[in-house]
Formats: sequence, C-alpha cells, structure tokens
Amino acid sequence: MNDTLRQFRDFFVSLRLTVVLLVFGMILVFAATIDQVHLGIWAIQEKWFRSLIVLQEVRGVPVPIFPGGYLIGGLLLINLVAAHIYRFKFTWKKAGIHLTHIGLILLLIGELFTGLWQEDFSMRLVQGQPKNYSESFHDNELAIIDTTDPKFDDVVVIPEPTLARRETIQHGKLPFRIAIKDYYPNSALRNPPEAGAPAIQGLNPTTAPFTTQNGRTVPVVAQAAPMTFKQNERNLPAAYIELIGPDRPVGTWMVNADPRIPAQSFEYGGRTYTIALRFTRAYKPFTLTLLKFSHDRYAGTEIPKNFSSRIKLETPNGRDDREVLIYMNNPLRYDGLTFYQASFEPDNPNVTILQVVRNPSWLFPYIACTMMTLGLLWQFSLHLFAFVARRRLPRPSFA
Amino acid sequence: MKKYLSLLALLLAVGYVAGSLRAPKNPGAFDVVGFSKLPVLVNGRIKPIDTVARSSLLQLQGRQTVKTPDERSLQPIEWLLDVVFRPELADTYQTFEIVDPDVLALIDLKAEDGAGEKRFSLKQIQPKIAEVQRQMQLAQPVEPQARSRFQRAIVQLYGNLVHYQRLRHSLVAPNRTDFLGDLLKFQDNVAAGVAAVRAKQANQPHDEAAAKAMTEIGEQFVIMAESTNLLVIPPDADNTDPTAWRPAGGALLETFRTGRVNASALAYAGFAHAWRNDKAEQFNKLIDLFRADLAKRYDVALKKSDIEARFNAAQPFYRSSILYGLALFIALFSWLAWPDTLGRAAFWLVAVAWVLCTAGIATRMWLEGRPPVTNLYSSALFVGWGSVGLCLILEKFFRNAIASVAAGSIGVATLVIAHHLSLSGDTMEMMRAVLDSNFWLATHVIVVTAGYSATFLAGFLAIIYILRGLFTRTLDRGTADALTRMVYGIVCFATLFSFVGTILGGIWADQSWGRFWGWDPKENGALIIVIWNAIILHARWGGMIKQRGLMALAVGGNIATAWSWFGTNMLGVGLHSYGFTDAAFVSLTGFGISQILIIALANIPLSKWRSHATLTERPAASAPRSTPEPVAAK
Repeated sequence: MNDTLRQFRDFFVSLRLTVVLLVFGMILVFAATIDQVHLGIWAIQEKWFRSLIVLQEVRGVPVPIFPGGYLIGGLLLINLVAAHIYRFKFTWKKAGIHLTHIGLILLLIGELFTGLWQEDFSMRLVQGQPKNYSESFHDNELAIIDTTDPKFDDVVVIPEPTLARRETIQHGKLPFRIAIKDYYPNSALRNPPEAGAPAIQGLNPTTAPFTTQNGRTVPVVAQAAPMTFKQNERNLPAAYIELIGPDRPVGTWMVNADPRIPAQSFEYGGRTYTIALRFTRAYKPFTLTLLKFSHDRYAGTEIPKNFSSRIKLETPNGRDDREVLIYMNNPLRYDGLTFYQASFEPDNPNVTILQVVRNPSWLFPYIACTMMTLGLLWQFSLHLFAFVARRRLPRPSFA
Repeated sequence: MKKYLSLLALLLAVGYVAGSLRAPKNPGAFDVVGFSKLPVLVNGRIKPIDTVARSSLLQLQGRQTVKTPDERSLQPIEWLLDVVFRPELADTYQTFEIVDPDVLALIDLKAEDGAGEKRFSLKQIQPKIAEVQRQMQLAQPVEPQARSRFQRAIVQLYGNLVHYQRLRHSLVAPNRTDFLGDLLKFQDNVAAGVAAVRAKQANQPHDEAAAKAMTEIGEQFVIMAESTNLLVIPPDADNTDPTAWRPAGGALLETFRTGRVNASALAYAGFAHAWRNDKAEQFNKLIDLFRADLAKRYDVALKKSDIEARFNAAQPFYRSSILYGLALFIALFSWLAWPDTLGRAAFWLVAVAWVLCTAGIATRMWLEGRPPVTNLYSSALFVGWGSVGLCLILEKFFRNAIASVAAGSIGVATLVIAHHLSLSGDTMEMMRAVLDSNFWLATHVIVVTAGYSATFLAGFLAIIYILRGLFTRTLDRGTADALTRMVYGIVCFATLFSFVGTILGGIWADQSWGRFWGWDPKENGALIIVIWNAIILHARWGGMIKQRGLMALAVGGNIATAWSWFGTNMLGVGLHSYGFTDAAFVSLTGFGISQILIIALANIPLSKWRSHATLTERPAASAPRSTPEPVAAK
C-alpha cells in the first residue's frame, strides 16, 4: 500500500477523528438548540440536522457556517465502520464495544431513514363529521376539482413549490392552462381598497370570499407577509391564479391556504370546477369520526389532567368498524400510522386535533438501543469486576 | 477516645434526626398543630393547611419563620391563622420580600425600613398599592422573557399581594369582627331577608334594613368565593365527587338556597371567633368535632394530611443539609489530621443524612402517589440523592474521605438548589396531562436523572483533584491514582445511565407521539451529556488525555449537565419547558464560568502545582496502574 493510501486509511480509522467528530456533533446540537428560540423546532431540523452544510442567511445571502448533521453523522458512520473493518477481531473482552458500536451504526442509519421517510400530518376532526384524509403541517397544494359528476370528484393538485416558480402550467385533465400571476409564501388578509382609493403597491385587486366567525362572507385581498418559523404558527401562502382557455381567459382567482377561505367554484365548458389552495392532503383507506372530545382539569385549577378523543374507525369494506379511545400517552396505531392526541381548540369543544405520523423505520431505535445498552453494560461490568477483583488481592508491598 | 469519635458522631447524628420525629408541640394553649392538619384542596391536591401556610411564606419571603413587630416568633400556621382571622395584626407582620431598589423607590420605602432590610408589611405597602397595580398593568403585556428587572419585580410583588389576598378571603370575610355572630344572625333571617330583597326588586313594600343586610352579606360571600383558590369546604355527605370541594364563600352562598349555613363554613367562622377572642378551649373542642366529622368520609385524606403536616414540621431535607455540611467539614479536616477516625465519622454523617433524604423522598412519593422525580424541585433532591449514594459506595471502597467531601458538597449544593426551587409554591404539583405516565416517570426520568447525578459526581471529584493538587501538597500519587479510578468509573456509569435514560425518553416519545426523536431542547441537552461522556471515554482510550486531561474534561461535564438540567428550560420552547425560572439564569451563567476557570486551572503546567513533588514520586503502597489500559486504540 502506498503512503497516501495508508495516510488516507489511518485518517478514517483513527480514534482522533472520532473525538473530533463527537466534539463537532456536540457543538452542532448545542447551536441548534439555541437557534430554536428564533427558528422553531421544524426549521432547525432542516437547517442543522438534515443538511450537509449549515447555511446561515447573512443579509439575504446564505453563508456556510458549520458542517451539517448529515455530514458529521455520515463521517462518524464511515469512521465507525472503517475502524471496525480494519481492527475487527472478536474477543469476549471487546464484545461489549462491538455491540455498542454496531448499535450506534444502526441508530445513525435509522435516523437517516427517519429523516428521509417520516411523514408528519395533522387531522382536525369535528364531532360527527367523518374524515378520510390528514393534512400536512407545512405543505400546501393548489387543487382544481371537477365536481360536475355528483358521484365522484376529478381532482388535479399542484404542489406549492411548483406555484412558487410562477410558471404557466398545463395539465392533460384540464381544459385550460394555469398561469401563476403572483405568489406569496406567507400572507395576511385585509379588506380590499375602497373604490377610487389609490391602488396599494403589490396588491392584486382580485378578491376572495372570506367566512367570518358569525358565518358571513366578505371579500378580502391578500398581502405578502414575512415567513414565520414558530412552532405554533404556520405560513399561509397566497397566489393569484389566472386560468386561460384556448380561446379566452376564464378568470383570475385569489387563492389562499387560510382555511377560512372556502373553495371557489366556477363554470367552464359546461362543467363545474372548484379551485382552492389547501393544506396538502393525504387520503386514507378508512374514515375517522370524532364521537366525543374530553378535556379534564384538576379540581379547582386550569392544569390539564387529560385530553381524550373517542373516535369511530371505519373502512369502506366494513372489515373495521369499531370505537377507539386516543388519549395522552396512548395513541392509536393503525395501517402503519400513529394517531396521537396533539391539540384542541379552546373555544370549540367539538373539535379534536390529532397528529398522524408514518415512520417506517420506527423499529431501528429499539433494536439499536437494546444492543447499545447491553454492550455498555457488558463493557462497564467487565471494568467493574476487574476493579473489584484487583481490590480483593492483597496489596503488593514494595517495602 | 479517638476510637469512639466516629461512633459518637454517628450517635449524635442519629439523635439529631430522631429529634425531628417527635410530634410538634403547640406553642400555647391553642391546638394550632391540630388546625395545621386540616385538609384543604388547592391546585388539584388535597393537602394540610400547614402546607399552604409554609409554601405561602416561602413564596412571599423565602423563609418559613415570621417575626411579629413585638419580636414574637410565629410558626407558619400561627401566621396563617392571623392572616385569615386577625388580618389587622397580620397586616403589620413584615412578610413581603422586596429587594429591587426601583420597586422600593416606587412604594416610597427604604431598605432599612424593612426587617432584615428586605421584608415589609402590607401596612407599609398599602399607601402605594394603586401605583403597584398601575405598574403591574404596564408590565403584564410584556412577554415574561422580555421583562426588565423592575418589571419582573413588580409582577412578582403584585403576585404576592394577590396571593396574600387569596389567603385572607379563604375562610371568613376578612373585614368583619364577629363573622360567627353575623352568620348565625344571617341564618335566622335568611328566609325573611330573601323575601325582602325580592319585594324590593319588584318595587313592593319591604323591610329596607333586612334587604340591605342580606345584599351586603351576599356580596361579601361572592367576593370571598371569587378571590380565593383555596377550596376548604369538603363535598356534602352524599357527594362522592372529589372535585366537589369548594371555597368557603361558595358554600356560604348556598345558604340562600338551603336556608342553613354549611357546617364546615360555620366551623371555620367558629375558629375565627375562638382565635380572635382568645378562647383556646373552644378552639380545641371545635377541632376535635370538625375532625371527627371529616373522619367519617375522608379517613384516608385526613391520615395523609396528618403525615404531610408531620413531614413539613420535621423538615428532613433541611436537617440533611446540616448533616452534609458537617460531614463536608469533618472530611476536609481528615486530610490534615486523624484521617481514619475523622474519615469514618464523616462517612457515618453522610450515611445518616442520606438515609434521612431517602426517607424524605419516599414520603413525598407516598404522598403524591408518584415516582420520585416529577418536577425540577424533586429532580434536585434526586440528583443529590443519587450522587451521594454513589459517594457512599466509593467511600466504602477507597476510604480516603474524598467521596465524603464530594458527598458533603453535592448534598448541600443540591438541597440549597431545591430550597430555591421551592420558593415558587407547593413542590408537590399535579402532573400536566402530557407528563402523566407513572411508568415513564419511573423509568426514563429516574435513569436520566441518575445520569445527571453521576456526571456531576465525576465533575466534583475532578474539581477535588485539581484544587487539591494545585493549592495543597496533599495530592500524592496514590490519591491521584485513586481519584482517577473513581472519575473514570463514574464517567462509565454516567455514560451508561445518561445514554439509557435518553433512549428511554425517545421510546416514551415514540410510544406516545409516534416519533422517536424530536430535537426538543431537553432531549438535545441529554444528548450533549451522552456525547460529552463519550468524548471523555474515547479520548482516554485513545491516549489523547492523561490524568489531568481526564479531570479537565470531567469538569466540563458539570457545564453540560447544568445546561441540560436548567439551561434548556430557560429557552422557553419545547415540550419539556415545564420549569421556567428566569432568576436562575445568573446563577447558571456564574456556575458555567466558575467551571471554565477550574478547567483553566487544570491546564496550569504541572511544575507549578504545589503537589508537583508528591505527584511525581512513586509512593510505596500504591497500585501500579492508573486506569484500565486503552482498549480501542490497540
């Protein structure tokens, strides 16, 4: 083996690299924790952990400031695997260390898979109303639905990143093209400018219906708003969409992910369509219906004692038709999904909000952790027994 | 004589502890101890009224004793009795701690006007209460994290005034001199009075005086019911719903419907009468009657209340901290003279203090029906308990008083931290729904807290190594090697426990919320401890650090643990931010800086250490090897 290659190998199998990577990992975790105060828990995961390089915006320019979680974790993985391949020799004395490290490799791989495949959705259920889809926490989609046939809807959805490119879209199922006139990643709603008043800059005059708290509908326009990263807030994008038929424009709509803006319908070519920007939906082969939401407090206080949702679970084929109870620390696991009690609406006792998680690699941590725990126990017990045995020996006398 | 010294220390310590087990005595003719055991429902838990008195005093003034203007010392329950039954006296007791100079200036008081230059009476604050309220309204809209020192102090003072007001309204109407008489009169006239009020509302002829008296007392009941959170009236005999406890004012309002004053509410008015008019016999008789009535339905709750009141009076954690302090002193001294005798004495003191802590924690567990760690306060108790437990084992093996010094200092430190955490109110809180799972509290929380204990212990042992080596000549080779073995062993233990604890937390999250790891600050904090311990072990195995390096890194573990324990809660984000404490920020920063300084000291070249000579020469009777040989780097 030539020198360069040997140096290369020595670098990747060295314990020094391990320590350096661990130090980097620790700084990464710490910095990401501090950054949560500004960015919130979702954004920091993308920025710090699920990235190769951490980019920090400095006056609008992304500047690399630190190796990201994938880079540090990946190098650690290479270092671990390489060191084990290079030095592996099975002895009982080292079995604990091997077991711990193989567990760690599994844990890192599992976290990578989770980062790639985990889906996290929300499901808002109103008492008595069956629902068969969950909605994304972050993603939105433009849906254009042909509702002419009362038996079924023909749905075309366009994900938000496509809207963000502001290009004109053509889809085989639709008799018109979709032109994105304007798009705001987050928006605020406001009353339209009064007739005769000077137009507000950047504000498209097209309005959308808005359902107020007492059920009335008023027209509103959307205005760009700064994006939010807080954990309990979400961005509500808005777009001005023009639909253009082969001969004439069909019209312009303001769509907005704000759930208080209902789908808007229109007629074209003898068919009825609705258009809406909505939280991205994931349809399920079953329906859930909220029967009762309960929120118990401790006597004489506002401290929540328990939240629970009694829910009816049904499949169209009738194979499942039962009641389930979801409460804190007791989620429903069904169809590879986990439904847990996430939230509620303080002023509406008939609503429950569930979080719906799909994580196909959920078993990895369990296996990894069992291995690592056993490995550490084995290793440290060896140390301990050796130590105790040494203490029992008569002290050597040098005198 | 020297031989019996350690035995004497043990006996004295046991005697000191046994002294706390005696039933508390009444300071006068009144059975205030009996009153202190009466159960009330506050913040979701049935507790003796004694606990309310003590946690109120801790919240108002940071200590449980009260000195009256005429220099009498009051027990907490005597103070509470005066607050509710003789407010005109209690208002002159200096029980409001105010230290912020701007707040003092606002209410026109100087530090020297207060007891201990910081405690003031309601009477002193009274003239400026409107101004305090105005400042409070200005400060309230500001988010807690963004408030200035003055705003925080105002919000705290106002909160304390409200708390005091709640106590005053909890049992009887505070501004009536003969509430019992008024109630009896009210009971006799309630039918006629209600009729008079109805007639008045209907503009018909009526007895104006009767209507006025009725309206007045009714309004007072409403004020009483609305301005307290103490639910002191147990549910009626036929009601089994434990949530049906209600405030005295609420029970009194029921009189309009039932025509009879609620017996418990009347009993409290009777207590007021007896207390005001110095009728001890009547007071004591009433306690017996009241308890006999309660015992029929609330036998278990009453027993628990009794035990809790005894537990409060015994103050096991206070007594433990005294013993730990003593042990620390004796163990330090043992390095200078009589190492065997004093070392043994220190060991026994630590052992007695630890057993006392164990009993205290066990009592809390029984009272709450919960595993030991449920909030920050109990985590402080448990971290100390775990560390000292490890120290006892280490001391049994090494017999060099080092572990006793560590036990003494960690014991005192954690109990002082716990005391400060107890200032925000009752330490046995109800668990929020998210955390309400005894299984996971008993596994994840316990194991992770044991990890904190071990990491702290390793750090403290390392501090002993550094300070002793640098500033004294007592760190010889044998002691240094022993310390290294201790630190190494404890770091291994810490790695195992913090790792397993963190993982169990992940499994809890997966079981409950469908995600194993959420990068929540507290999770990250635990992960940092795991990584830090892994760094120490790998650096050691790789031969990158020797003894001093190991010690310096172990001190770093203190920073990581303090951050995970308290720092992450201060961020105010995430599921685990259940213990927000902004005043602690300064202490935490100070602690971090002190640890960095100690690490810097460890890096002073060995030739400058006072123990340089003793460290480098090899003494006769020491084991040749310092730590297990490097394993992974072979």
